[in-house]
Amino acid sequence: MSASSAFSDDKAGSASEPEYGHDPASGGIFSSDYKRHDDLKEMLDSNKDSLKLEAMKRIVAMIARGKNTSDLFPAVVKNVACKNIEVKKLVYVYLVRYAEEQQDLALLSISTFQRGLKDPNQLIRASALRVLSSIRVTIIVPIMMLAIKEAASDMSPYVRKTAAHAIPKLHSLDPEQKDQLIEVIEKLLADKTTLVAGSVVMAFEEVCPDRIDLIHKNYRKLCNLLIDVEEWGQVVIINMLTRYARTQFLNPNINESLLEDSSEKAFYASDDEEDEDKKAEAAALVKRKPYVMDPDHRLLLRNTKPLLQSRNAAVVMAVAQLYFHLAPKAEVGIIAKALVRLMRSHSEVQYVVLQNVATMTIKRRGMFEPYLKSFYIRSTDPTQIKILKLEVLTNLANETNISTILREFQTYIKSMDKDFVAASIQAIGRCATNIGEVRDTCLNGLVQLLSNRDELVVAESVVVIKKLLQMQPEQHSDIIKHMAKLIDNIQVPMARASILWLIGEYCEHVPKIAPDVLRKMAKTFTNEEDIVKLQIINLAAKLYLTNSKQTKLLTQYVLNLAKYDQNYDIRDRARFIRQLIVPTDKSGALSKYAKKLFLALKPAPVLESPFKDRDHFQLGSLSHLLNAKAGGYQELPEWPESAPDPSVRNVEVKDSIPDWSKCTSRKDRKEKKLDKPFYSDSEGDSGPTESADSESDSGSGSESASASDESGSGSESEESGEETESEKEEEDEEKEKKRKKRLDKTKAKKPAEESAERCAIHTSYQINTFSHFAQTPVSKQPPKQSKKESKKETQEMSLLDLDDFEPTPTSAPVTPVNFLSSSLVSDLEGLSLTDTILAPTTIAPSGSIKMYELLHRITGEGLAVEYCFSRQPFSPDPNMVAVQIQFTNNTNSETKNLHIEEPRLQSGMRIREFAEIEVLAAGESVTVVMGIDFCDSTQAANFQLCTHTRKFFVSIQPPVGELMTPVFLTENDFKKEQGKLMGMNEISEKLTLGEKCVNEHVIVERVTATANLSRVPCGSDKECRFAGKTVSSGCLVLVTVTTKEGGRAQLTVNCEKMVIGTMLVKDIMQALSQ
Amino acid sequence: MIHSLFLINASGDIFLEKHWKSVVSRSVCDYFFEALERATEPENVPPVIPTPHHFLINVLRHRIYFVAVIQSEVPPLFVIEFLHRVVDTFQDYFGVCTEAAIKDNVVVVYELLEEMLDNGFPLATESNILKELIKPPTILRTVVNTITGSTNVGEQLPTGQLSVVPWRRTGVKYTNNEAYFDVVEEIDAIIDKSGSTITAEIQGVVDACVKLTGMPDLTLSFMNPRLLDDVSFHPCVRFKRWEAERILSFIPPDGNFRLLSYHVSSQNLVAIPVYVKHNISFREGSSQGRFELTLGPKQTMGKAVESVLVSSQLPRGVLNANLNPSQGTYTFDPVTKLLSWDVGKINPQKLPSLKGSMSLQTGASKPDENPTINIQFKIQQLAISGLKVNRLDMYGEKYKPFKGIKYMTKAGKFQVRT
Repeated sequence: MSASSAFSDDKAGSASEPEYGHDPASGGIFSSDYKRHDDLKEMLDSNKDSLKLEAMKRIVAMIARGKNTSDLFPAVVKNVACKNIEVKKLVYVYLVRYAEEQQDLALLSISTFQRGLKDPNQLIRASALRVLSSIRVTIIVPIMMLAIKEAASDMSPYVRKTAAHAIPKLHSLDPEQKDQLIEVIEKLLADKTTLVAGSVVMAFEEVCPDRIDLIHKNYRKLCNLLIDVEEWGQVVIINMLTRYARTQFLNPNINESLLEDSSEKAFYASDDEEDEDKKAEAAALVKRKPYVMDPDHRLLLRNTKPLLQSRNAAVVMAVAQLYFHLAPKAEVGIIAKALVRLMRSHSEVQYVVLQNVATMTIKRRGMFEPYLKSFYIRSTDPTQIKILKLEVLTNLANETNISTILREFQTYIKSMDKDFVAASIQAIGRCATNIGEVRDTCLNGLVQLLSNRDELVVAESVVVIKKLLQMQPEQHSDIIKHMAKLIDNIQVPMARASILWLIGEYCEHVPKIAPDVLRKMAKTFTNEEDIVKLQIINLAAKLYLTNSKQTKLLTQYVLNLAKYDQNYDIRDRARFIRQLIVPTDKSGALSKYAKKLFLALKPAPVLESPFKDRDHFQLGSLSHLLNAKAGGYQELPEWPESAPDPSVRNVEVKDSIPDWSKCTSRKDRKEKKLDKPFYSDSEGDSGPTESADSESDSGSGSESASASDESGSGSESEESGEETESEKEEEDEEKEKKRKKRLDKTKAKKPAEESAERCAIHTSYQINTFSHFAQTPVSKQPPKQSKKESKKETQEMSLLDLDDFEPTPTSAPVTPVNFLSSSLVSDLEGLSLTDTILAPTTIAPSGSIKMYELLHRITGEGLAVEYCFSRQPFSPDPNMVAVQIQFTNNTNSETKNLHIEEPRLQSGMRIREFAEIEVLAAGESVTVVMGIDFCDSTQAANFQLCTHTRKFFVSIQPPVGELMTPVFLTENDFKKEQGKLMGMNEISEKLTLGEKCVNEHVIVERVTATANLSRVPCGSDKECRFAGKTVSSGCLVLVTVTTKEGGRAQLTVNCEKMVIGTMLVKDIMQALSQ
Repeated sequence: MIHSLFLINASGDIFLEKHWKSVVSRSVCDYFFEALERATEPENVPPVIPTPHHFLINVLRHRIYFVAVIQSEVPPLFVIEFLHRVVDTFQDYFGVCTEAAIKDNVVVVYELLEEMLDNGFPLATESNILKELIKPPTILRTVVNTITGSTNVGEQLPTGQLSVVPWRRTGVKYTNNEAYFDVVEEIDAIIDKSGSTITAEIQGVVDACVKLTGMPDLTLSFMNPRLLDDVSFHPCVRFKRWEAERILSFIPPDGNFRLLSYHVSSQNLVAIPVYVKHNISFREGSSQGRFELTLGPKQTMGKAVESVLVSSQLPRGVLNANLNPSQGTYTFDPVTKLLSWDVGKINPQKLPSLKGSMSLQTGASKPDENPTINIQFKIQQLAISGLKVNRLDMYGEKYKPFKGIKYMTKAGKFQVRT
């Protein structure tokens, strides 16, 4: 198609145009280039959008192919204000590509973007800023700066995000703006939206990665937001936080490394220094031994852990490196599984992951040992992957698994991939040097390979055998003989050289063969490769020194040949050796020592992994992969000797939130924690303490916690233990709801209002809680007072521990559950959710305590019934257990006359039915309470649940822990009562505490969650005591948990009813050993 | 971060370039071509190539090299993962990701790349946000566009980017509300000469196709969630819910997506559904080799093993193979020495076999190498790990969706050593 015909086609608006644009007749390009652009210009000048679009598409296609279209700049720029969105976008593409070359003309477009920056629509503002900042024209730097500053305080988080993106652009255009940009970064770092967080940290990393001080105040927020940030932002933030943590926290493995250090020092230290040294060491040890992890350090580890489950390999790798560099040794192991999972991904991902795994296996071999088989090699793997896997396998080899690994290596040697075979042989060699037990086996195996048909295999084996023999040559003269025979056949220079070296080195072990080999070599000397020639000279020299009678002439001959060699290295060597070994009158004192020089005992080579010591680079980084520093790489700092002031991370918090970090001095906290070297890693919980520092979402959590704390106990004190758990659940739910609510809002509201809206949501929850706080009859005291009280308690009970709150043994007349949940319920009501609507009832911890299903929605034909043991006293009959039942009508019609019929009960059991529910409207739910006297047995209560149409057989079976009600005893009472219940009534079991039961709080929490008991105060911190009585007969139930060294514990239950006692022991044991 | 992107086809032509910062001359690709030459196989090109001023990070997909140029420190996986995401997006948009498809849609490709990266930092990589910004080309739309002159670029401004659930756009409407889930498990195994399993593991995914109106909130629960040892989720899945209750709770993206991929704990023994009897031997001094292969079902839980495909790389010394399959067809490529046998379905009554002789180069010594046999197969309606979906519930919307679940087991990297 010629240009002119295309032109006429254009005018006709032909549909064949795109084809032309994408695929020009290649011959025509040069001849008609000028003209072609002419026609494009005309199209761009036309009034029709379709023509403009067509022209722009062709231009973009040309840019994509790398063609120069800069001469069209004026024609294109004119269209920057075009109404058509696609034309506009393509013009932007063009503009960004060529603005740098045509600076003056590019200025024409600036006013359009400046107008765009003022647009009421946030997306247009963002897009204008994006293009404006992408135009690399120095003149507009001030305009850009202004635009960025303005956008950084924009209402819309999306525009703020774009502002963050623009920062590195401006920085690269004009580095002198750095100081101003840092101000903007500082401002944006304080932003609380997930949308901005990733982008601003990226800007931080590019502009001022060393300004770690900017992070302090935002550290906790970043940790808490992390999980909701988009994946690319997560990678950047995690990498940055790794560096941050290295400067701010202490090495969690410090005790360990110190011990290593001290032993090493003691070994080397000279005697007089030793004493002093030891003293200093001891002092250091004493000082440091009680290492306590900074709560912020823990926060980071905990909040990154779920991201190991990310689908994005880069995120997983980022978390893995964070754990590798920051976590205590005992916890690093969790990353192995995730990294092994990445091995299923694309081969490029595998390549990078394997490189990192190889480095990790050197330092922490144990971590990957369970996954040994995942590194087995398949014939379909690309060679570079095979070799990396081989590296990992070699690193993982130890005495126990070496036999399986060697068997695996044997099959690799039969592979068709020769590079891989060579690497396998090397790997066998390395295993043999590292693991003494298998050295002989490996050597034998390698010797067998010497008869392999493939020369490469043989050559590689020779090289490896040479290294191995060097370790213990005396025992292996037959192998040396065998290899001497091989010299006739092997052609690979490296292998020949190795054999010659071996024979020379150990010529005394093979005195008969060595001269003969030299004779053969002398014959072929001129045709050998250089490295072989050098070794021939060496061999000759060594033989001359040991056996000059037989080899004198041969040596002379070889040296003469070498003298006239083309390679000057060989000539030099020959001259040097001749001077050294052949005694002449001129030869100096050295020749006497020739033998010592040549035949000195040489140290055996150490076969080391190429990945050794690579971990001084931050894992996962480009620099680590290349083992060389890449531009812009930020060194991973060493751990500080002593932790910098941690209070810099404290954030001024609004009044509504108790600032835990201020409640107690840090010192107190640390002291409290001395007895627990590391805390349990309560997975994924958003427990109150964690949230204590975060301002937004979890503020509510800490609030309710303080409330519960203040009001917790008396006859109901056991509740609070339970409650902490329930809170977590509620909070989770709450977050979800909030998320949904936000969603609704975004749908409903105009985007511009959104950010303000969101702030409102953040606070609304707190306000809500507060209003309830005030309303509840309990807390008639103003909130301030309660806060004070909670502060006091904090100090006493070390509530700040990351684990949990324990119930406080003060009495207050309220049931905390009730208090909390009622507030929650109305909160939820306010949210007007479509699912799980909770009805406000007098006793309503619905969803907070473990719910059991009574009737499933499907079997119930739309009627869902759940129940829980509310742990409230059942007022109509104190001998009954209160069971709270929640009905939800999921059908579209009303359900009527909900009641209970025909209870089929074991003898003695009684039921107090709830009042019939007359109507349950569609979509509604209602909660009622019924009482059951289980007669202190765990037999199920069976009955029929009837509606106006159907009857359902259901049954409620109580866990043994719910059959009791707490009793408040003093320590003395407890002991007295316990004394009465000895012998048959006492059941005692030893158990090992689960990993997470590291401290008292957890034990208390676990026990009270299992059984409805209250804590009895106790002087000893090794003992936890609980008391309760069975609901129906009122028998006392006394539980004692005594903890001992090493996670062992003793559980004692005293109860008149032995069946109850036995079952309770079983349940509590299970709860504690989890 | 990412400076430029070059797309290079199998014959070494740069057919597309895109720059996000200052233009980097395409001569930088010469370093890549050097590495390509050094590598014996296309997949052996190192993913990261250092050059004096830049670093080239490349991925190979669909016989196209995607070469990203970077200038300073950046986690390599970050770039690799992003490039793969680009390929996935292209595939999503054009159905295939070939050179032809990219060339045909070069403008859309350019628009996509423009949205995906801003100044080299990923901006919008969620497929639903992109689809809101740039509509994928369909035949119908192409026709309509040419006639009416309308565009591929979305008219309305995208709101997805602003949403708290960036993976789902608002205002989705369907007349038929459906949610389909495919549980696909792959068995990776290495079987040794004697037929015993050296290593075997199951990797599974739950792929979903969800076409539901509005903002549904789904929960999916398994009968035996304890089986799942290691899981990774689509960002939509609420992690805490999973931790606490082992329930997948999520607001689904619209359309096709991978909800979950998992690994079944290696403590459980993996059922191996097929066995292979083989006898591949060469005699010293003879130019003939014997080849015998029989397949049979092993632990298939009563399900049929289908779409069986056997392939093996024979030693270089083999000139030709003269074989006789009892069912299906086989091919042998004398150049690449690749033998492949399309078996089809395994009939337990009449086991498929492939027997015959191989001719070797005369005079050449017998090959040392033992070929490995790669097997592919499919078993419908079976998740070999025994994983079962318990139920799927929907909240947040009033209608009743149509729900479906399908199970399938496939061979992953299933190798038999001989």
